[in-house]
Amino acid sequence: MEKGHNTTFKRYGMVIDLDKCTGCGACMVACMQENNVPFKKDETDKIRSITWIRVYKLNNGKPYPDTEICYLPRPCQHCSGMGDHGHSPCVSVCPATATDYGMDTGIVSQIYTRCFGCRYCMVACPYHVRHFNWWDPVWPEGMENYLSPNVSVRMRGVVEKCSFCYHRYQLARERAFVQGRKDIEEHEYQTACTQACPAKAITFGDLINPAHAVYELKNSPNAFQLLERLQTYPKVYYLSDRLWVRMAGDNYLEEEKREMAQAKIKR
Amino acid sequence: MKLSRRCFLSFSLGTTVGITLSPLPWKITDDLSIWTQNWPWTPVPRDGAYSLENSACTLCPGGCGISVRKVDHRAVKIDGMKDHPVNDGGICILGASGLQYLYGPFRLPSPLKRVGERGEGRWKNISWKQALTEVSEKLSEIRSNGEPEKVAVISGKKEGTIACLLERFLTVYGSPNFMTPSTVEDSYEAALHLMQGSRASVGFDFENADFVLSFGSGILEGWGSPVKIFQAIGKLKKDGSVIQVEPRLSNTAAKSDRWVPINPGTEAAMIMGVAHVIIREKLYDENFINTSTSGFQKYQSLVMEDYSPEKVSVITGIASSQIVAIAREFAKASKPIAICGRGEGRIAGNVHETMAVLALNALKGNFNREGGLWSVPKPDYIKWAEAKPDQTALEGLEKGRIDGAGSKEYPFMTSLLDRFPKMINEENSYGIQALLVSNANPLYTMPDTEAVKKAFEKIPYIVSFSSFMDETAQFSDILLPNPIYLERYEDVPTAAMYKKPVLNLTKPVVKPLHNTINTGDIIIKIAKSFGGSIADAFKWRDYETCLKETLGAQWEILKKQVVTEDKNFVANSPALETNAGKFQFVADDVNKSQNSKAGIPHFEDLGINGAAGNFVLIPYDSMPLSTGYVASAPFMLKVVSDKALYHQDTVVQINPETALILGLKEGSYANLETSVGSARVKVTLYDGIMPNVIAMPSGLGHTAYDDYMGNGKGVNINQVLGVVEDPVTGLNAAWGIRAKFSKA
Repeated sequence: MEKGHNTTFKRYGMVIDLDKCTGCGACMVACMQENNVPFKKDETDKIRSITWIRVYKLNNGKPYPDTEICYLPRPCQHCSGMGDHGHSPCVSVCPATATDYGMDTGIVSQIYTRCFGCRYCMVACPYHVRHFNWWDPVWPEGMENYLSPNVSVRMRGVVEKCSFCYHRYQLARERAFVQGRKDIEEHEYQTACTQACPAKAITFGDLINPAHAVYELKNSPNAFQLLERLQTYPKVYYLSDRLWVRMAGDNYLEEEKREMAQAKIKR
Repeated sequence: MKLSRRCFLSFSLGTTVGITLSPLPWKITDDLSIWTQNWPWTPVPRDGAYSLENSACTLCPGGCGISVRKVDHRAVKIDGMKDHPVNDGGICILGASGLQYLYGPFRLPSPLKRVGERGEGRWKNISWKQALTEVSEKLSEIRSNGEPEKVAVISGKKEGTIACLLERFLTVYGSPNFMTPSTVEDSYEAALHLMQGSRASVGFDFENADFVLSFGSGILEGWGSPVKIFQAIGKLKKDGSVIQVEPRLSNTAAKSDRWVPINPGTEAAMIMGVAHVIIREKLYDENFINTSTSGFQKYQSLVMEDYSPEKVSVITGIASSQIVAIAREFAKASKPIAICGRGEGRIAGNVHETMAVLALNALKGNFNREGGLWSVPKPDYIKWAEAKPDQTALEGLEKGRIDGAGSKEYPFMTSLLDRFPKMINEENSYGIQALLVSNANPLYTMPDTEAVKKAFEKIPYIVSFSSFMDETAQFSDILLPNPIYLERYEDVPTAAMYKKPVLNLTKPVVKPLHNTINTGDIIIKIAKSFGGSIADAFKWRDYETCLKETLGAQWEILKKQVVTEDKNFVANSPALETNAGKFQFVADDVNKSQNSKAGIPHFEDLGINGAAGNFVLIPYDSMPLSTGYVASAPFMLKVVSDKALYHQDTVVQINPETALILGLKEGSYANLETSVGSARVKVTLYDGIMPNVIAMPSGLGHTAYDDYMGNGKGVNINQVLGVVEDPVTGLNAAWGIRAKFSKA
């Protein structure tokens, strides 16, 4: 058996087919259960409601009966930053190195015991993926019993966000190591939301590995990313065959819209 | 030494600078933050040995398989079971929240007896021995008074051993009143009976269809077995198309290839209009019509006479050119399916509408074949020796059912729960002395909450087998909690609207957390306490023995692999079991005294009651809001949009145009009033809804459970909805209600 278990260079990412997504929310719940996400008695104030993946509802802004809607699930975008140097908006501003860019996986981490709650990262993140624990998490009596030991429970005063279920990556790698394999297979590491999605809208894998499904999918002419012009280089891609949905990925000025639409059609 | 001012200042400055430059403040801040972050009430989940156990989910009738991840004896995650014929690894939002039901504080810890007033919430812990003795004594008292028919059961499950044990108990005890909540499946069952002569459930092969024409069915909102349908629709969208006819841009409509808005309640007219075009243009399957059907002439003449696209256009508001186009598309497809049943199918609906849909499918002859509509036989693995009721029981059974099912009026129906409150509230019924409720929460789920409550107040003794402190349990006299599906063995036959018969088995994945007894065991124990013919019908030692004997060779297989499916199942093709062996466009088994068109598929303006106002209120279903026996878990409520529930308020959707007329803005309060009840609601403006229609989310407003799931989370829509009886089946056909709507 070869010494060491450093696997090859990876860039994990996700492709979400918005034409398949039904907005059912199974991904959100699977994520909450997998990652010990807390809940409160009233979760209707969505700004204060902690979710690692949230499903947004978009509409084309047209009146009845030409209205169309589309759902958009939004996990952490795990931005690579320009040149893939790990200058993600949040990583760049964190004074505590509590959030860092994994050069081996491309995953943006969040280390709760380092975080001291300054929330610079929340301001820096253009995608609103980060949530602050304003309160200590409290589970109704008995419910702590379902908490998973794979993910630490966050305390008051720290920021949390989606980790692409990094613990699943660690477990898969450990398993591979024990079995004497150097690398893990695509199916061995899948996030909880990907696994749960009843519509099979989410595809997860290594964006730079041609053997993985995401490799091809991300090159689809229908693929787009959120706020592309900020050059955050997110690793979550979206697919839609509807132009207005692709256009909803960024805030275009009225005069830009026509030009961008042309570009998006051509692509 | 004298301390000069200068000296004092330099000393202070020196101290400040010294401390600042020393590591002390940083060390203290650091320690402080570490200390506060380690306060003992932040739980640290215990680690242990990992395992994965497969079982089945019973939270809805979907019949999915689940994989439960465990750490030592704790369950920590529920995922979909890989390679399960129904859900193949996928899971829905309700199934994924399962552990919150298992570990929730709203579980009933032990048998409880009411001590305060009904519904007051004061309970006394009692022993199982005392609980069972009290229930047995009560039941035997009623029976010895010669009134066994005055005991009724409401069972959330129609099939499977628990339901059969309850029904069997009632039969030997002497009551015909075994009731189950009705859904659109009952309407399909009635329509299948009338047109195909079969006693079967309906199944849809969406996976292999190439065109789905849905008349308001929320196929992506919880209809049938959700995960199965999600997967099938995903596939269908790629290779075929889906058209959704509905007054509101629902998720289903949004995901369809085309949304066709329609005046609410006129779907049946549209179905007939589509049939008109297909017949007029001779696009139907002539071979099937000529060889396998009867009554086509009569149906044809009605369709041709009353439902030309122009006429239908006036009723439905859909342009006649569009009706023609849809009909041609439907006819052109090789495996088209038409479906009806609004929302997730909670409301049974008008049987003539269901018949119209079956007739439309018949025009393409798309029955019992790949990509079509299947008649799935009822599960037949329960083969117990016939129960022998004694004289008292026979006399009780002869009294007939209180809900009127099986009577002269509704001869082929087996249960009509929605008529039950009305019959209790009416003086001329024989009344009910004791009600047993299993796996159901009628006080929340049935329309017209006030009437249901009034009826329940008239029942002197209510026993609930619920695992949770739900609304009905709260209003009961004695609670006999059942372990939940992750703690017990139980057979789960059929998956809602799935084309093949499947049989699942739930198994105890974790040790029972509370002092609970399986409802099956309770029935067997109570039956044994009676002795005589009642005990004779329940020879099993306990429920597990009964289940093992019933399943026979399947028991071991199911324990190992959770599910068995008849892979080679093909419905008798065509499974037409009418007298003539043909599909009947005109049903002969229908009382024609009220309506000359009765028995022929047609549109009738039924299903809406009350004169309350100019607006039409329609309920809408959504995946994160459970409308059935279990309330939405805290996780699910977290997913609910703030445009459906905002703090304490239900938010209703109206068209901006309607809002303008009423002077309402996004977020304003409004008063909603129907002939049944009223509610104060918040308003959200939604372009995806027809003007003058108000859409209200269902599944909110639980008053029981705990602060996380109930207690002031919106309004229960059943408080403002009523019941409209279908004249043929007696099922509830109310798809909406007229409402007054004004600025609050």
